Amino acid sequence: MDKKTNVIERDEVVIRFSGDSGDGMQLTGTLFSDTAALFGNDLSTFPDYPAEIRAPQGTVGGVSGFQVHLGHSQVFMPGDFSDVLVAMNPAAIKANGKWIKPGGTIIYDENNFTEKNIEKAGYEKDPIKEEKLDGYNIIAAPITNMVKEALKDFGLDAKSVLRTKNMFALGMVYWLFDRSLDYTEEYFLKKFHAKPDLAEANKIALRAGYYYAETIEALSPVYKILPAQIAKGKYRNISGNVATAWGLMAAAEKSGLNLFIGSYPITPATGILEELAAHKDLGVKSFQAEDEIAGICTALGASFAGHLAVTSTSGPGLALKSEAIGLAVMSELPIVIIDVQRSGPSTGLPTKTEQSDLMQAIYGRNGECPVVVMAASTPSDCFTFAFEAAKIAVEHMTPVLLLTDSYLANGSEPWRIPQMKDLPAITPPFADRNVKPFLPYKRDEETLARSWAVPGIPGLEHRIGGLEKTEMGTVSYVPENHELMVGLRAEKVARVADVIPDIVVQGDDSGDLLVVGWGGTYGYLITEVRELQAEGHKVSLVNFNYINPLPKNVKDVFSRFKKILVCELNLGQFAGYLRMKHQEFSYEQLNKVQGLPFTLNEIKEKCMKILEEM
Amino acid sequence: MAEEVATKYTAKDFKSDQEIRWCPGCGDHFVLSSVQRALPDMNIPKEKFAFISGIGCSSRFPYYMDTYGFHGIHGRASAIASGVKVANPELSVWQITGDGDALAIGGNHFIHVIRRNIDLNIILFNNEIYGLTKGQYSPTSNKGLVTKTSPYGTVEEPFSVGELVIGAKGKFFARTLDTNIALSTQIYTEAEKHKGTSVVEVLQNCVIFNDGVHDEVAGKEVRDDRTIILKHGQPMLFGKENNKGLILEGLKLKVVKLGENGITEKNILVHDALESNPGIQYMLANMRYPEYPVALGVIRSVEGTTYEKLVEEQISQIRSTAKIKCMDDLLQSGSTWVVD
Repeated sequence: MDKKTNVIERDEVVIRFSGDSGDGMQLTGTLFSDTAALFGNDLSTFPDYPAEIRAPQGTVGGVSGFQVHLGHSQVFMPGDFSDVLVAMNPAAIKANGKWIKPGGTIIYDENNFTEKNIEKAGYEKDPIKEEKLDGYNIIAAPITNMVKEALKDFGLDAKSVLRTKNMFALGMVYWLFDRSLDYTEEYFLKKFHAKPDLAEANKIALRAGYYYAETIEALSPVYKILPAQIAKGKYRNISGNVATAWGLMAAAEKSGLNLFIGSYPITPATGILEELAAHKDLGVKSFQAEDEIAGICTALGASFAGHLAVTSTSGPGLALKSEAIGLAVMSELPIVIIDVQRSGPSTGLPTKTEQSDLMQAIYGRNGECPVVVMAASTPSDCFTFAFEAAKIAVEHMTPVLLLTDSYLANGSEPWRIPQMKDLPAITPPFADRNVKPFLPYKRDEETLARSWAVPGIPGLEHRIGGLEKTEMGTVSYVPENHELMVGLRAEKVARVADVIPDIVVQGDDSGDLLVVGWGGTYGYLITEVRELQAEGHKVSLVNFNYINPLPKNVKDVFSRFKKILVCELNLGQFAGYLRMKHQEFSYEQLNKVQGLPFTLNEIKEKCMKILEEM
Repeated sequence: MAEEVATKYTAKDFKSDQEIRWCPGCGDHFVLSSVQRALPDMNIPKEKFAFISGIGCSSRFPYYMDTYGFHGIHGRASAIASGVKVANPELSVWQITGDGDALAIGGNHFIHVIRRNIDLNIILFNNEIYGLTKGQYSPTSNKGLVTKTSPYGTVEEPFSVGELVIGAKGKFFARTLDTNIALSTQIYTEAEKHKGTSVVEVLQNCVIFNDGVHDEVAGKEVRDDRTIILKHGQPMLFGKENNKGLILEGLKLKVVKLGENGITEKNILVHDALESNPGIQYMLANMRYPEYPVALGVIRSVEGTTYEKLVEEQISQIRSTAKIKCMDDLLQSGSTWVVD
C-alpha cells in the first residue's frame, strides 16, 4: 500500500461516524478506535445513540453516531467539533453539520442522498449547501454503488451486500489516516468464523473503500497522527460502565466478599448490571429485581447477610431508592449505590448526559441522612472509584453513592491494565464473636464504624432496623439518644475525610483563576485549561472526585487563587454546595443543561471573560 | 440445614430481652408464642434463623426474637428477605408482614418473591385494618367497612390472600388462626420444611381498631362449624359433630351433611395439598362464610425448584468450565496491547 503525498501531521483529530441506526456506525467506530489504540494513539470515544430503538429510517431522530478523538499526546475527552465526518445519509449531515470544524472533511454516500432521503432529513435539495458546508473538504463517494459492484459476483443477497457499506466507509477512513487493515480483517474472521462468505465480503468492501480513497485525488489532506507518548504497560480499551462493574468485582475479590448486585434496568446504567450478570464465572450474584426499590432492598438484604452489595441506577431510580438508602444509613450497613446520571428531571433526555443529580445524591433523603458521595471523572477511572467506593463502604460501614454519567458510562478510552496485587487491601470490620457482650452499634474509635455481624455466626444474634437505637441495639425514643446517634452517624461519614486524598491542582498551585469541576466534565476542563496555560494564562484546574466529605485541603487550595470558576452541567449545584461548605470564597459559575458536554470554546470564553475583567 | 443440632432449644431460647409493646390481647402475642414454640423442633441452629420485617404492628416481631433480625421499611420485607436468602441459602429466612405491608405498599415485591419461589417463610398477619396508623382500611378490609378513611364505608373489593398467592404461582399457602397455637405451630413447621416461598395467612385480631373481625367465623362458640381444618390425604370434614363435609358438585364446592341425601364419607372430597393443579385448592382458599366454612391448615404445598438453588447451580456450573478464574484473568482477557 503506497504512501500518500499530501500528508498533514496533526497532534490530534476528531472523527465522527454517523448514519442510520441500522448502518453499523457503532461497530465502525469501535473497529477504528481499536486499530488506532493498537497503533499507539491515545484516544477517547463516545457513542451517541438515538433514544428511540427504531426511529423512522433516514430521519434525524434515527441518527446513530460514534465519535473518536485520537492524539499524539494525552487525550482526555471524545472531542466536541469533528475534523472528519462520515455521513451515511442526509440526516447524518443534519444531526452533525454544526459540529464540524471549519474546513473539515465530510465523506458521504452520494447514492444515499436521494430526493426522498434529503427531504426526510428536512432539506430542500442540497444538504451541503443548505448547511453552508460547501467550502469544506467534501468527498461525495458512491459507496452504495461501489459495494454493489465489488460484491456483484459474490452471490450474497442484496441486504447483506448493503450491510457492508460501513466497511467501505471505514476503508476510506483507514486510508485517510494511514492505518493498517489487519486488526479489522482479523475481526471479520473471528466474528464470521461460521460464515466465511460474510467475512470475505466485508474484507472486500473494506479494501474496496481503502483503494477507492487512494485512487481519487479529492481525498486530501491525509492526516498523520503519531503514536502518543503514554506510560509503558499493557493496555485495553474500556468503557465507563464496564470499568465500574470491574472495579466492584475487583473490590469483592480483594475483600474476600461475595458480590451481589440488585438492580433494575435503566438507561444509561443498565450496562453495569449486564456486565456483572455476565460474570457468574467470578461468582457474582446478579438479581434483576421487580423495581428500583427491590433492587436496593435485595442488595441491602445481601449486605446484612455479609455480601459486598451494590445497586446501580440513574436519577429517576435513585429517587425511588431514597427511603432504602435511609434504611442503610440507619442500619449502618455497607452498600454501593451507583447513579449514572442523565438529563432530568423526570424522564428528561434519557440518553443524554448531565450532572444534575448532585443535590439528590448528597441530600435527597428524609432526616439527617449523610452518605459518602463520590464521582468518577473518566471512563477508565470508574474502575478506581468503584473500587474505592466499595472499600469505603465496607471499612466504614456506610452507604457510598458513586456518581458517573451518561458520557462516562458509554465513552471509552485506553486503560493501563492494573494488577490485583497493586490494589489496596479491603478489610471488612467483622464482629468478633469472642468479645462479649456483642453490641451491634458499638463503634470503632477511629472510624466510628460499627462492626459487621453476619447471620450464621453463633452468639452474635442481634436485631437492626430503621428505628432509632441505642449503642446496645435496643430501640430508643429518648430525645438525647437520637441527637447523639444522628451526630455519630454524621461524624462517621465526616471522618472518611481522614482517608481520602487531597485535591490536586493541575497547573501552578496559585494564580489568577482556579477552574473547579467535579466528575465527568474533567476531560473537557483539563483540555481547555492546558490550552489556556500554554497561552500563558495563570489558570489551574481542580477536579473533585470526593464530594461528601470534601477533601481536607480545599480551603488551602482555594485561598491561593484570585478567582474561582465552578463549571458543571447543571444550574450550579456544586457551586451552591461549596458556598455552604466554604463560605469564605466567592464562586463564579459556568453552567450548561443541554444534555451535552461543554465545548472547549464555551470554557475558554468564560475563563477569558473572567481573566479580562481582573 | 440438615445438620444435627447439638443443643436442644426451648421456646425460651428464642425470646429476646426486649419488652413486648403490642397492645394487651393483640393477636400478635399468640403468633409470637406459636413461632417460639415451633422453632426448637425444626432442628436448625439458632444462629441460622433470620427474621425480616417491613413496617406495621406485626413488623416489630423481629425485636422480640433472639435471632438475627432486620426491621426494614414499609412494604419491602420481601425484597430484603430475598436478598438475605439469595446471598446465604443456608439461612432459614422468615418474613413477618401484615395485610397493608404485604398487599398494599409491598404488593409488587410480594407477588414477585412468590413467582421466583425463593425459600422464604412468610407469615402474613391479616387483621383487615391498619393498626399502627390507628385505624384505616386495608386491602383486605371487607367492602363497605367504615374506618377513619372510609367514614361512609369502603367502595373497594378486598384481596383474598390465598387467591393472590396462587395467582402469583405460589406453591405453598396455609391459613391459621392467631389463637390456635397448636395448629399454628404445626403449620410453621410445615412452612419451614417446604422448599420455596411459603405463605401463611394468620387471621389475626386487632383488639383496638378492628376487634372481633374474625369472630364471626373464628369465635370459640362457632369456629368448629364455620371453619374447616384441612389435612392432606384426609376427607374434608368439619363441624362440632364432624358430620359436615365438602363435595364437588359440577365445577363448584358444596357443603353437605353426612347421612343426608345418602351422603357417606366416601362422597367427601379428600384434601390433596400436593396436587400441582391449583383448581380445587383455589376454591378452598376462597371459601367464605356463610356459604362455606373458612379453610384452615395447609391448603397448597407443591414441590418446585427454588430461585437461590438455581442461582447457585448456575454459578458452580459456569465456574467449573470458565477460563476466567480471577480478576487478573479478566483484566488480561480480550483485546490488549503493549506500549513499550
